[in-house]
Amino acid sequence: MERENEKVAAPKKGRSHGAQSRPGRVLAFILIAMVALTGGMFLSGHKTPRLGIDLAGGTSITLKAKSEPGQKNAVNQTNMNTAVSIIERRVNGLGVTESEVQTQGSDNIIVNIPKGTNEAQARQQVGTTAQLYFRPVITVAAGQPTPKPSASSSSGTGKDKATGNATDKATDGGKGKASATPTPTPTSSATSQGRAVTDALKAGPSPTPSATASASGKPTPAASPTPDAATAALQKKFTELDCTDKAARTTVTAGVRPQDNAVACGKNSAGQWEKYVLGPAEVNGKDVDKAQATINQQTGAWVVNMDFTGSGSKKFSKITSKLSQQQPPMNQFAIVLDGDVVSAPSVSSTLSGSAEISGSFNQQSAQDLANVLSYGALPLSFQEQSVTTVTAALGGEQLHAGLIAGAIGLLLVVIYLVVYYRGLSLIALASLLVSAILTYVIMTLLGPAIGFALNLPAVCGAIVAIGITADSFIVFFERIRDEIREGRSLRPSVERAWPRARRTILVSDFVSFLAAAVLFIVTVGKVQGFAFTLGLTTVLDVVVVFLFTKPLMTILARKKFFANGHPWSGLDPKRLGAKPPLRRTRRATGPAVGPVDPKEA
Amino acid sequence: MSKLGHLGARLIRGEVGYDFIGKRKIWYGISILITITAIVGLAVRGLNMGIEFEGGAVFTTPKTSVSAGTAERSAQAASGHAVIVQKLGTGGLRIQISGVDTAKSDQIKADLAKDLSVPEAKINADLVGPSWGQTIAKKAWTGLIVFMILVVIYLAIAFEWRMAIAALVALIHDITITVGIYALVGFEVTVGTVIGLLTILGYSLYDTVVVFDSLKEQTKDITKQTRFTYSEVANRSINGTLVRSINTTVVALLPVAGLLFIGGGFLGAGMLNDISLSLFVGLAAGAYSSIFIATPLVADLKERDPQIKALRKRVLAKRASAAADGPSDAAPAAGDDYEDGDPSDDAAAVVGPRHQPASRNRGRGRPSGKRR
Repeated sequence: MERENEKVAAPKKGRSHGAQSRPGRVLAFILIAMVALTGGMFLSGHKTPRLGIDLAGGTSITLKAKSEPGQKNAVNQTNMNTAVSIIERRVNGLGVTESEVQTQGSDNIIVNIPKGTNEAQARQQVGTTAQLYFRPVITVAAGQPTPKPSASSSSGTGKDKATGNATDKATDGGKGKASATPTPTPTSSATSQGRAVTDALKAGPSPTPSATASASGKPTPAASPTPDAATAALQKKFTELDCTDKAARTTVTAGVRPQDNAVACGKNSAGQWEKYVLGPAEVNGKDVDKAQATINQQTGAWVVNMDFTGSGSKKFSKITSKLSQQQPPMNQFAIVLDGDVVSAPSVSSTLSGSAEISGSFNQQSAQDLANVLSYGALPLSFQEQSVTTVTAALGGEQLHAGLIAGAIGLLLVVIYLVVYYRGLSLIALASLLVSAILTYVIMTLLGPAIGFALNLPAVCGAIVAIGITADSFIVFFERIRDEIREGRSLRPSVERAWPRARRTILVSDFVSFLAAAVLFIVTVGKVQGFAFTLGLTTVLDVVVVFLFTKPLMTILARKKFFANGHPWSGLDPKRLGAKPPLRRTRRATGPAVGPVDPKEA
Repeated sequence: MSKLGHLGARLIRGEVGYDFIGKRKIWYGISILITITAIVGLAVRGLNMGIEFEGGAVFTTPKTSVSAGTAERSAQAASGHAVIVQKLGTGGLRIQISGVDTAKSDQIKADLAKDLSVPEAKINADLVGPSWGQTIAKKAWTGLIVFMILVVIYLAIAFEWRMAIAALVALIHDITITVGIYALVGFEVTVGTVIGLLTILGYSLYDTVVVFDSLKEQTKDITKQTRFTYSEVANRSINGTLVRSINTTVVALLPVAGLLFIGGGFLGAGMLNDISLSLFVGLAAGAYSSIFIATPLVADLKERDPQIKALRKRVLAKRASAAADGPSDAAPAAGDDYEDGDPSDDAAAVVGPRHQPASRNRGRGRPSGKRR
């Protein structure tokens, strides 16, 4: 028997050979991994998977849409639907959180978030309007620690400003990047401010800008300008603006129409506030095709890269070509997000295609911004109307009945396996148990890790996964039994059956995994959540069969109970109807068949 | 089990078996009939899309002591549609009902007010939009199409194009039947249904691939022998994996059947029912189509291949000559008659030396030492 085994295994070196010679180690490995994962689960303090709204309820946020000033009819079906899909993608970033977003009535949007989500963050994501505009800078004033403008701006503007490699990059296929060189020199900012305002606003007298600004960035109203009619208000706003005051920042940006000049605040890289007078928006968030948070190779800092759409590229190259002709600071454009200046790079050449936003980002803030940018600007602004808890959409009793029904079904599976496979069912059930524990623990751990939430369809998918997992054992067992039927003893049977079973399992699981991967990448929302579950269970199936079922089978094949084909082992050659090989061979080549090619189909 | 085990052995050896390929026309016919019924049902009755897709009405009640379950039943009675009831933090209920227009909504509101004993004026009625909007649906379709293209390419490489086509046909067959049954039964299509359909998509392909894997193995050196035609080998391959197919299907179907018949039966329509119905029908169809549709289809396509055609000719010619020569005519279906040794031989052989050349001969077309 041993010889046979070697003969069979001889041409096969490597992994499976190792596995079959040291099944104990592999088993120990997966058991240790299991214990470690379970320990991790208990340590993390999350003992159950996060459940979706249908199973556990959650929080419901009602938002009321408001038109942007100047757009009276903005609250319409189309815009609401766009807003829904944008919010959906924001709260469902990774697709596994099982949040629901829908319209209610004509101007409300309900966002349902499962229990255990970071509610504060979700509310923020939901409410963030993310109006993104690119506006030319007309004036910039730094909130300086010293009254002298010259003192501050060197520190103030260093990172925010742009040009640098813009020239080179602009040449390569319109994929130029606006990135940073420190721009307005302290002196230029101070002097040019006045000029800028004068020119652009056609306001005669220039204000004495922030030269008198206090250390906290508070401008002194004393520097009152004598503005012209139309721009008087703006000018006044600008000089009076105190960027360190949150309320003031909010007020100054409220109700500004994109086609008007605006006043805005922004933090520079040193974390100090600066204020800007900005021209009309030239490019807006809808022109952004996608945005991505990356690390700038040169500076090592987190930045956000944007690619523009076709028309966005055109607009962007127009504004940059115009700006590149101007004097500082009017060669800057400000990236204005929800009224705040995120970054104000300067431009030295025409750019198009893509842009880079640099600023004082960390990984989180860069990703948040990229998220907001790539999922687009909400066409409307929203006001949070109510936040309330909701119970599970699926009634408790139904869930209860479902659980009982599922348990009965599982019990039937166990009975069936025991009756059919007898001793072998021990291996099947142990493998299913391992698979179940791993699935449960991993889903639980993924809850806090990536916001994975389990909803009812996912639970049902997991139940079907039982079938797919069990199928792997069944394929393997049937192969072993086939070998035994051919007259082999158990151990060589196991080793011969495994490579074939393995191929079947891998080929078929690959199809499942392909489905999961494609759906996860391409789709959004609940389909994505489903794809995740499917992929997870498929991978676990392979892991369990390779690292648990096979080694366990190898070990048990050495036990007398199985090896001798005990009637209850499920491997009794007689019961399997094994044919003695010798007889059959003889007859097969015997005269009864006549001139037969011994190599049959 | 003993009997089953023997049956398994006989199936493997081809002593017993059902002629899947020979009777394929019957099964094609049945499948076409079911598919046509499904399509007609779909065309005539259409799908009853749930609130997630079509939106509906939402009623918000003030604080009430009525339980969510009671409210669900009364709302269902009042509207005749699927209902989602959630209790709010304020103590009130949020009741969402699909397929409701403004006129109906007023009536439901009145009914609800009566049933839940809250003043009608305090129930806030509003229309809700779909939570599964156009964008999600569109992306899901894109995903499906991309997946199907990839899977056909994969199967064409891993197996061959004929099998890829057959698998795709079987897949479409399963999905059509499941969707058709939804139209006929009139269950509401919810997100759960869609997820169920996607699960089937994965399962149906999975099952087909397992069956094809065995088929591929058995027919590997088919042109090097002259005893069996492709169809016969394919048939034996199905019979050989029949035990596996039945076991797998039983194991996959039992829990779902539990959900559908036990869970759903007690509670009537609900989200559980939706999912388990689509899963049950789809899993059954998936197992059926792998055996009765996909493999015969491969055999049909294969028999058009010149090489396989030539093989068929050779096999038939040989049989004809054998029939002319003498009585040792082996009918194709019972082609393994020779293996059916008498029981006394068995007993003798168990005692006899276990001689390995047998196993070499036992190649059965499988690449015995070859593993990939």
